[in-house]
Amino acid sequence: MTYIAKPRLHHPSLAKNRVGFTRRDYEGKISTLCAGCGHDSISASIIQACWELDIEPHRVAKLSGIGCSSKTPDYFLGNSHGFNTVHGRMPSVLTGAYLANRDLIYLGVSGDGDSASIGLGQFAHVMRRGVNMTYLVENNGVYGLTKGQFSATADKGSRSKKGQSNNDAPIDLVTLALVMGATFVARGFSGDKTQLVPLLRAALAHQGAAVIDILSPCITFNNHSGSTKSYDYVREHNEAVNRLDFIPLHEEITADYAAGELVAVRQHDGSVVHLRKLHADYDPTDRIRAMSYIQEHAARGEVVTGLLYVDPEAADLHRQLGTVEQPLNTLGAAELCPGAKALEKINASLR
Amino acid sequence: MKPTDISAPDYFHKVVDCQWACPAHTPVPEYIRLIAAGRYSEAYMVNWVSNVFPGILGRTCDRPCEPACRRSRVEDEAPDGRERREPVAICRLKRVAADYKEDIRSLLPQPAAQKNGRRVACIGAGPASLTVARDLAPLGYEVVVYDGDRLAGGMMRTQIPKFRLPEGVIDEETGYILNLGVDFRGGQYIHSLKAVLDEGYDAVFVGCGAPRGQDLDVPGRKAAAKHIHLGIDWLANVAFGHVTSISKRVIVLGGGNTAMDCCRSARRLGGEDVKVIVRSGFEQMKASPWEKEDAMHEGIPILNNLVPKAFTHNGGRLTGVTFQKVRSVYDENGRRTLVPTGEPDPHFECDTVLVAVGQENAFPWIERDIGIEFDKWGLPKLDEKTMQSTLPNVFFGGDAAFGPKNIIWAVAHGHEAAVSIDRLLNGEDIAARPAPTTSLVSQKMGIHAWRYDNAISDDRRLRVPLRDVSAALKNIRIEVELGFDPQLAFKEAQRCLNCDVQTVFSNRLCIECDACMDICPMDCISFTHNGDEDDLRGRLQAPAQNRSQDLYVSGTLKTGRVMVKDEDVCLHCGLCAERCPTGAWDMQKYLLVMTHAGCARTGASEAQAVVT
Repeated sequence: MTYIAKPRLHHPSLAKNRVGFTRRDYEGKISTLCAGCGHDSISASIIQACWELDIEPHRVAKLSGIGCSSKTPDYFLGNSHGFNTVHGRMPSVLTGAYLANRDLIYLGVSGDGDSASIGLGQFAHVMRRGVNMTYLVENNGVYGLTKGQFSATADKGSRSKKGQSNNDAPIDLVTLALVMGATFVARGFSGDKTQLVPLLRAALAHQGAAVIDILSPCITFNNHSGSTKSYDYVREHNEAVNRLDFIPLHEEITADYAAGELVAVRQHDGSVVHLRKLHADYDPTDRIRAMSYIQEHAARGEVVTGLLYVDPEAADLHRQLGTVEQPLNTLGAAELCPGAKALEKINASLR
Repeated sequence: MKPTDISAPDYFHKVVDCQWACPAHTPVPEYIRLIAAGRYSEAYMVNWVSNVFPGILGRTCDRPCEPACRRSRVEDEAPDGRERREPVAICRLKRVAADYKEDIRSLLPQPAAQKNGRRVACIGAGPASLTVARDLAPLGYEVVVYDGDRLAGGMMRTQIPKFRLPEGVIDEETGYILNLGVDFRGGQYIHSLKAVLDEGYDAVFVGCGAPRGQDLDVPGRKAAAKHIHLGIDWLANVAFGHVTSISKRVIVLGGGNTAMDCCRSARRLGGEDVKVIVRSGFEQMKASPWEKEDAMHEGIPILNNLVPKAFTHNGGRLTGVTFQKVRSVYDENGRRTLVPTGEPDPHFECDTVLVAVGQENAFPWIERDIGIEFDKWGLPKLDEKTMQSTLPNVFFGGDAAFGPKNIIWAVAHGHEAAVSIDRLLNGEDIAARPAPTTSLVSQKMGIHAWRYDNAISDDRRLRVPLRDVSAALKNIRIEVELGFDPQLAFKEAQRCLNCDVQTVFSNRLCIECDACMDICPMDCISFTHNGDEDDLRGRLQAPAQNRSQDLYVSGTLKTGRVMVKDEDVCLHCGLCAERCPTGAWDMQKYLLVMTHAGCARTGASEAQAVVT
């Protein structure tokens, strides 16, 4: 934890993006998390991804629940909309915001406690509804704010800092998201930004429910030899199924790969995700196969990372509901409140 | 790249850009912190140990430290030029220490209780000789300083106008040295080095400066000689009160600091229409930018690209100067030639001309047959490190050594010559130079508390308050600059980045969590696979294009990568260390103090006694 403000001075070569901002413009307040927390690396990756995507900060709404992870929206995108909701209820509030204003980019920031324990129901439903959002789970397997109890994502048999063994089966949020119908499912690691930043960019461009489960070591309570969420354990057991090159709509495709090495997935907004296969037999567009693949490797103690599943034809909630195209705040009183006659008509149609 | 050896004394010294650039290697950030803390006497002593004349240098130094200052590489620059990148006002902060110190006489070394029987003569009582005297007298040497002038100080007293450097400051700081048991023989001009050597001195130090002003041999020079003066001679006459007035219209020829002193002095002695006319372009002038600014501030125009062609006169009474208009043309090697533009020759009217086009060395008093060899430019052949001439017990320093430089170089030469003389007279090899004293001490007080102020000030360089121009021009002895007051000094001191508080990395402790890389405001830190220097410089978090600044490379980490830090624009804010969960980064104060004469032998450095 640091008290002084991060100096405003910056490297002379710091560049501006297409919308005129430097990377530093996407920062927030200085983090008050423990030194070395994986969450701070995730914040840095979000800053990098938003800068690279030329996102205007005021076009982003960041919503979170309660917990160390849910504090982090204060530490990035200081010029975006933010909402700290009730514990585990971020998905509901975000869904409401999304229904009211479909033009914003929605970032849900949560942790393993907020999403896999108190908010598990909310997590499941926001996935099945197809809310167009990027749902980040900053997953450290431990309740850091209450001093290190196992969370619901802690692996069975892993040990706490004090030496107790965890007897409960873990909830795998990636598998749950796949089951519940999420259309973009990935897993990353806070200690590998070269993988995480492209994942974030692709997820932010995805027009549907995108979830990234990010392993993020808790330096204070869960970075010891009995943990399966420590820097060392994740580095040793990381099985990346692919490497991403995310190419936004306006950028030319210049990457050059040998034939057969690459899978190109064009997303709804026209952006392209290039996947360089690391596991030859892995197909990220096959939901059923992805689930069994993840389970097979988990049984061997391996942590599968990368873009695990993507449905390029994802449909989002607004399309399914047939709602009005414009955000509600741009409509006038006449459109929002069409009067007694219109109500009569609707009521009559329902009789 | 190989892991950086941070135990090499030069490695961290180079990071402290100001100290590295200072010829005397003054520990600048150390004294700036003391000033911020209001500990002026200690700040003064840190200076005094290194550069001998803090009060004088705090007003007149050529400040090689300031162009080197890291602050000027990290500030933003507004495209419209309203906000410039500027260094910390190191020089004027030094003056603050001198202005606000208490009586420091008890902190100075005492005259030697017992002489060691060795006799050393110093020729000239300028900064170089006085430095030799200061370093040697407390060790027991009998030091005799000769000067043609009655008072000590050399060019500091004769050339620098009093409105920049009041007499009292010179008296005080030369006095500290002369009171160390130095035998000062003022008014005793030396006519023969042979005669001095014959007096049986064990060593002689020549610090007589570069006392001859270059003349301008163009038509009319001789005929109008009564109204044409050599700048440095004229300044000396002004300094001693022999000249107290000048005509209304004055032209100063030359673009160096002497020219600036001449024109500003002329303004104060009755010159109303004073111009500086220079051969070169404005940017190429030798004068320091701030001295040009000061002159222009006093209403003195500087005209460039004009080569003097002839002095015009009316029967010996000067009427003006004719010039040829030129432009600078550079060849492939960057060599400049002045090419006439072909425009008509302009003529400027004036009553007096001051010629300040350069200075030369002159050693008419050194016999050419006593073993001292001179090169083709008339300068003594010297060993650049030891300052020893071809006659083993004769040493040179200051402007007398390598031609005109400045006070701080003279001090640096003096220190080196004193080390040489001390070693020579103790039968030691003078080529073996004593290593500087260095220390590296952690500044950690708590998880995020340090022994230095690590918050970075956003302030721009503060201006030194000046006396009102009309008041300043009334009297040549009134100092123009008022100096920073303690509040301004504090604000300016806080701009210092504490570059001596080093980021020290331990690869054994690092867990590669990226926290330092994420927090670093300047993108200095990268974790990447190793490569050669060219390769690494191009692919760091931010490109490391300033090749004069080193890369700090760690040993191999657990993942096979290395930590690479570009020292160039590090703010020394310590956020990397605050964010490090394992203490792999630490902020450690690096203090380098040059070893002066005698210190290596006695083991107890006077410097260390002061700087704790």
